[in-house]
Amino acid sequence: MRKSRDKLVGFLFVLPSIILIGVFVYWFIFQNVSTSFDRVVTRATKRELHPGGVANYSQLLGSDDYQHALFNLLVLTVVFVAGTMFFGLLWAILLEKGVTAEGVFRSIYLLPMAISFIAAGVVWRWLLAPGKGDQASGLNQLLAMMGLERFQSSWWQSPNSFSMAAMAIPAIWQLSGYVMALFLAGFRGISDDQREAARIDGASEWKIYRHVLFPQLSPIALSALIIVGHMSMKMFDLIYAIAGQNSYKASVPSTMMWTQLFQQGDATAAAVNATILLVLVALIVIPYLYYTNKTEKEVRG
Amino acid sequence: MTATTTEPVPVAEAVPTRKSTGRAPGTEGTVMGRTIRYASLLGFLILILIPLYVLVVTSFKTSGEVNARQAWSLPSVWSVGGWKAAWATLAPPLWRSVVLAVSVAALSAMLGSLNGFVFAKWQFKGATLVFTLFLFGMFIPYQAILIPLQGLLIQVQQTPGMSWFDGIWKLIVVHLIYGIPICALIFRNYYATAVPNEILEAAKVDGAGTARTFWSIALPISVPAFVVTMIWQFTSAWNDFLFALFLTNRNNGPVTYALNELAGGQNPDYPSIMAGVLLASLPTLLVYIILGKYFVGGLMSGSVK
Repeated sequence: MRKSRDKLVGFLFVLPSIILIGVFVYWFIFQNVSTSFDRVVTRATKRELHPGGVANYSQLLGSDDYQHALFNLLVLTVVFVAGTMFFGLLWAILLEKGVTAEGVFRSIYLLPMAISFIAAGVVWRWLLAPGKGDQASGLNQLLAMMGLERFQSSWWQSPNSFSMAAMAIPAIWQLSGYVMALFLAGFRGISDDQREAARIDGASEWKIYRHVLFPQLSPIALSALIIVGHMSMKMFDLIYAIAGQNSYKASVPSTMMWTQLFQQGDATAAAVNATILLVLVALIVIPYLYYTNKTEKEVRG
Repeated sequence: MTATTTEPVPVAEAVPTRKSTGRAPGTEGTVMGRTIRYASLLGFLILILIPLYVLVVTSFKTSGEVNARQAWSLPSVWSVGGWKAAWATLAPPLWRSVVLAVSVAALSAMLGSLNGFVFAKWQFKGATLVFTLFLFGMFIPYQAILIPLQGLLIQVQQTPGMSWFDGIWKLIVVHLIYGIPICALIFRNYYATAVPNEILEAAKVDGAGTARTFWSIALPISVPAFVVTMIWQFTSAWNDFLFALFLTNRNNGPVTYALNELAGGQNPDYPSIMAGVLLASLPTLLVYIILGKYFVGGLMSGSVK
């Protein structure tokens, strides 16, 4: 009796949250998906804007604008993920052995995370100004002052199709410290005895990293990959602040969705776009949640 | 039973400093290796601080002095004109952001402690599934719920007597709801280790029910988790732009909305824009500087581990 009453009270504690998440996450996702299947006909001319059903998806997936946005997202994600993983791991390795004033370095490496994407974006819009030579400002001007004119770039406004790589620079600036913190916690979780043992066996520093430390960090590397990767897919504020609203050059699905909804007043196309984005994110997040669930169970026995 | 002597694991110990190896820090490796290590650490430090240098320097310049030639030099005359102009524009939205972030932080933490306690200690049938569904809600791109969300909130606002439900009020509700998963996660992880099962068993034997156990045993030792959760929610509500852009306007939006408007004008006045960025970032920066380890604690729990 007692036990079941306790369980009931516990359940009542979480019931409001279950209802809220049920409605605001899952019911809304369902509504969004159902909007994405709407058939839309213009009132005046009876022209069919969206055929309805699955055809709405092939319509968006087939459009040049969307493919351009998807390609941009791919470039952004690859550079952003590679950059944060590289700097995050490098900084963690530089710091993990314990250096004087470690706290100062750590705090400043993490500092950009405390600033909003929109505030960072405002600064980086100026830093990544495209002018070169006499027109140079921002980073290009700094490069000129250092005698490095040949590295001047139009950044994300470069005419080539890989220009979104430049948009990853501010993102890497903001999030490398986070990856560093993850790796650093990982290094600190490995006992010194293992290193000592390897050292006594005559292993070089590189071999200790390669064969003793890195293998134990792979779960953390996976977490970092998933978190940074899914952030990249959702990235909106930074791109909106740097490129301005409705930039075609810097368009990714998440910013395109804003354009579809507010500039074009096309809720159906926006819903299709948002659903595809959700599926993309789910494809990497669901296996990850499944995996963490499983390992947690194994650890708990 | 040694349960009562079990030390609660502080959530804040996210990045432990290196355990003593008997050597002074920074003396490991060769002189050459150490030099390279410190040189690279310093180099990266400078790279990271470049945008902050630009911000501070430009914010104290006069509008006349902001041109490409002098952009990277210190102001010849330190002027607070930019700060005054930024404050004049941003003061009302800054105030709205304070109301938003403080209410969200307080409400989210209360809700989070309830959820976390149940998920950690009073597992009901299907709790694991429910919790996993919560966690998925943390990762979704909010684009996927924005259209129905906007529709519902407008409907609520248009019901008679609800016209006040706009701007910051909408954002408070939204951040409270979409913050449920992460707050539940932080508290669950905290209670899992901080409240030993043996104490709960003992409380049960003494006849205390769930509510009582939560109130008199769990809650009094929850301060670290409250700090982490409140910092996390304060920062995310303060820094949010997506919801602000979709749900508010220039007259009732938070500071991120106003900052974007300030920066997006046709003739940008860089001193006031850069001062505006600093003003809008100051609260979260202060929180980070003063309560840094708790801030990192929140970041770590975001990785589900």
